[in-house]
Amino acid sequence: MGVLALDAPLGALGAKPSVVERQMTDSAVRSDPFCAAEPLRRTPLHAFHLRHEAKMCSFAGYEMPIQYAGGVLKEHLATRSGTGLFDVSHMGQIALVPRSGDVDDAARALEALVPVDVLGLKAGRQRYALFTGKDGGLLDDLMVARLPDRLVLVVNAATKEADEAHLRARLPDGVEVRPIDRALLAVQGPGAEAALARLAPEAASMKFMDARKIEVDGAPCLVSRSGYTGEDGFEISLAPDRVEAFAEKLVEAGVVPIGLGARDSLRLEAGLCLYGSDIDEATTPVEASLVWAISPARRAGGAREGGFPGAEVILQQIAEGPSRRRVALAPEGRAPVRAGAELFSAEEGGEPVGRVTSGGFGPSVEAPVAMGYVPAALAGVGTRVFAEVRGRRLPVAVSALPFVPARFKRS
Amino acid sequence: MLRFTEDHEWLRLDGDVATVGITTHAAEQLGDLVFVELPRVGATLKKGAAAAVVESVKAASDVYAPVDGEVVEVNDAAAGEPASVGADPQGQGWLYKVKLADPGALDALMDEAAYADFVK
Repeated sequence: MGVLALDAPLGALGAKPSVVERQMTDSAVRSDPFCAAEPLRRTPLHAFHLRHEAKMCSFAGYEMPIQYAGGVLKEHLATRSGTGLFDVSHMGQIALVPRSGDVDDAARALEALVPVDVLGLKAGRQRYALFTGKDGGLLDDLMVARLPDRLVLVVNAATKEADEAHLRARLPDGVEVRPIDRALLAVQGPGAEAALARLAPEAASMKFMDARKIEVDGAPCLVSRSGYTGEDGFEISLAPDRVEAFAEKLVEAGVVPIGLGARDSLRLEAGLCLYGSDIDEATTPVEASLVWAISPARRAGGAREGGFPGAEVILQQIAEGPSRRRVALAPEGRAPVRAGAELFSAEEGGEPVGRVTSGGFGPSVEAPVAMGYVPAALAGVGTRVFAEVRGRRLPVAVSALPFVPARFKRS
Repeated sequence: MLRFTEDHEWLRLDGDVATVGITTHAAEQLGDLVFVELPRVGATLKKGAAAAVVESVKAASDVYAPVDGEVVEVNDAAAGEPASVGADPQGQGWLYKVKLADPGALDALMDEAAYADFVK
């Protein structure tokens, strides 16, 4: 989640040092239609980022670290082999509080906006969800956690205002939409449990997609065992005035601060969608290979079939198959194939049949990795298509997602 | 004779052939390189046009031709080991050699002291 297009315009070398840095910033601004010319907002970890030598960039209206002193490659590998710390405070956190006190009322109301079984979500559990539009396109992807007295949503930074407005317009009066002004940190990697358990022993007993209010370092936090890297890990929502001391304690324990650059390469290897790049209002969940996120209860024949925006389109696509699909693309050579590259079915001639929506180098795969949309007939694993890069068509193989196996703590 | 461009390339002249690479400063700014694409031997370079590409995890960057000329040799070892360009950009990590169309083309470029000043 999170809009991010890190591909710099060509010609980074044609710039003075200050401009090399600015070029990263500008590319993010340019690729971000949600970023107005207003002053950038800062997260409560701004001073922390500067202290740890972050290169800052503009992202979704926020000044965010794109990388720290170690650089993207080392940060990526540190997360896969140890523990990484991500400031994701720019993302939206929204509580849905039922005035009746019965969380089922909030769950039932939210089900009108997502093709997901929210009523069946047990207290203390979290689930991936999608806001769909009336044509079946995706307005956002999000996480929904159920607590004893409310639902808590985590939505993308660039879409959080629109999401909040969507909720206010569409939810009944009995469900209060309450933005949560708290910091959000992700602690990710095989060392995440040990790192967090030092400050919050209860975290060790949580399983993948558990979400609980627990004390972390003496402060009340909402912790979920989830993330955006394909690794085991946690996301911790806590008071803005507590986050910096907490982050420093993690760093003292050997956790490595990770910028948006490695966050992007980690999620790409994990096959996770980036809203605004891989999915948007013009892609349906079926086209986006996100049918797994559409709960059986909401599908044809389910207990609460349909009843979400775009249900007709989406359920028909599930039944008949979409005309195009998001697939993993493994370039056969060493050249990275990046977002925007057009895809062709043949090495020469013909019109484009699809487009790469995310792409770069996968530090753990040690090879280029990409995702994109191809016609259903070309979506089979092993199918060879061609991506146009700098005027040449490079062979890429449709492959299985994810590129690296997920290492969630499921049991 | 070692010369530098405002596009952060260096050139070392030997007769009428210049060896070209990216500067240490550029390499530091780009971060770990994961892919290097070199021109073909025999290719005609036009000053200011893309001659090579260096890519980090997150971005591709063109390396512009600093002069007009013909490519006479490329560093295949650098293409095979992109990290070497980052590790020793002004030595083992050179990119290609170009036979200058105009032997005086380097006169207008910066010397080492001027470039050091330029990147300050």
